[in-house]
Amino acid sequence: MIDYHFDWTVITRNADKFVAALGLGLGLAVVSLAIGCVIGLAAAYARVSGNKWLSTPVWAYVEVIRCTPLLLLIFFVYFGLPEFGIYVLDKTQSFILTLSLYAGAYMSEVFRAGLASIPKQYVEAAKAIGLRPWQRQRWVVLPVMFRITLPSVGNNLISLFKDTSLAAAIAIPELTFTARQINANTFRVMEVWLAASGMYLATAYLMAMGLRLLERRYASIR
Amino acid sequence: MAEQILLRAEGVRKSFGALEVLKGIDLEVRQGQVVSLIGASGSGKTTFLRCVNMLEEHDAGDILLDGEPIGYRMDGSRRRRLSEAKVSAQRARIGMVFQSFNLFPHLTAEENVMLGLTKVLGKSKAEAREIAGHWLGKVGLEARRGHYPYQLSGGQQQRVAIARAVAMDPRLLLFDEVTSALDPELVAEVLGVMKALAESGMTMLVVSHEMLFVRDVSHHVVFMDEGKVAQSGAPSEVFDRPDSERLQKFLGRFHGIFSGGG
Repeated sequence: MIDYHFDWTVITRNADKFVAALGLGLGLAVVSLAIGCVIGLAAAYARVSGNKWLSTPVWAYVEVIRCTPLLLLIFFVYFGLPEFGIYVLDKTQSFILTLSLYAGAYMSEVFRAGLASIPKQYVEAAKAIGLRPWQRQRWVVLPVMFRITLPSVGNNLISLFKDTSLAAAIAIPELTFTARQINANTFRVMEVWLAASGMYLATAYLMAMGLRLLERRYASIR
Repeated sequence: MAEQILLRAEGVRKSFGALEVLKGIDLEVRQGQVVSLIGASGSGKTTFLRCVNMLEEHDAGDILLDGEPIGYRMDGSRRRRLSEAKVSAQRARIGMVFQSFNLFPHLTAEENVMLGLTKVLGKSKAEAREIAGHWLGKVGLEARRGHYPYQLSGGQQQRVAIARAVAMDPRLLLFDEVTSALDPELVAEVLGVMKALAESGMTMLVVSHEMLFVRDVSHHVVFMDEGKVAQSGAPSEVFDRPDSERLQKFLGRFHGIFSGGG
């Protein structure tokens, strides 16, 4: 350690790779969150539907995903599905599928709580002006729920962004994988891992700040 | 009175589990009339009001709006519940103002009024905005049209809620204890709006504990007691000649606000 001489040129020389890798990780997180929100919303409605043929399978899905390590899920989908004759996914698609299912399980719990927390007076007011059932969901329940759940959705995005580092395990060139490769080629251990960590930290922090601004903007709901 | 009957209730019954809350309500509201329901809490006033626009479903009896049964149709001799879409269409013809305002928290005052106009009545945004502006003006809140509910006082929120209900051009407006959740100094502004509406010829069915207002504005007062109509008639009759001990006792609680009788 004492003799370690920092040489930051390894970072500047590879800046384009770092930036592309960071962008890929962000993209994976955002896409997975978007798909996860759709899955989560459908799952949340299934859970509150009162129909056990809908709610039981969804309950099982949520518990299986929540109680299994993410890395295992990634391996299962990427290496396991081809064993069942499903070859259609490349590694990025496979990872997005895994992370989306993972996000969906967590989002379903967030949305379920959100739906439950909406005062029934809003629904009654929506009924009283003559809105039909799906219109009540579309124009009153969902907008209110998204505002209530915004902080949780944002936290999930930050978590998912950090979880994209697990994509390194199946050689997707996101930030962790890229850093490891540059490290292997240059042996600049400290510089590379410090730079990668700094990029995760700065990005996640900026996301948290942006989220706070969004929350303030939608403060119309206590 | 020659005005046609707008709302007619016959033998309306409603139970919650073993508790029978409405034990056969008969009642008429004529076009342009203000009918007020008074009575102790638990007497079934609010439940009846909520049955009129299907927020509760009555178990037996009829509620007819312009002669059309609310909430069901007859299939031979059997009652069949209407589809949600049909119920929604019936509700669109009946406005309701709630005790706790129930403004949509994510929409501005103007957007609250516009929502039903665009989504239910199919009006264009521009037309809806104009109508919303008109009614927000009528309730004295045109300058607040861009405010969110949390930026408004309780009295202002309730006036927006009235504008939202009346902008739909309903046949009938229901008011469910609309001043009960308000600070005393805000009650008058809401009652003022309601009085102006009544004078404009709006048909209103009102549950209220504001006895001076009820006496002043109503054409007809209905005293409900334990799920039944105990006495009904012109305000002067009900307030000055209560024919039961229960009504005398009920009105006695408001003693002092009536200068002479009561």
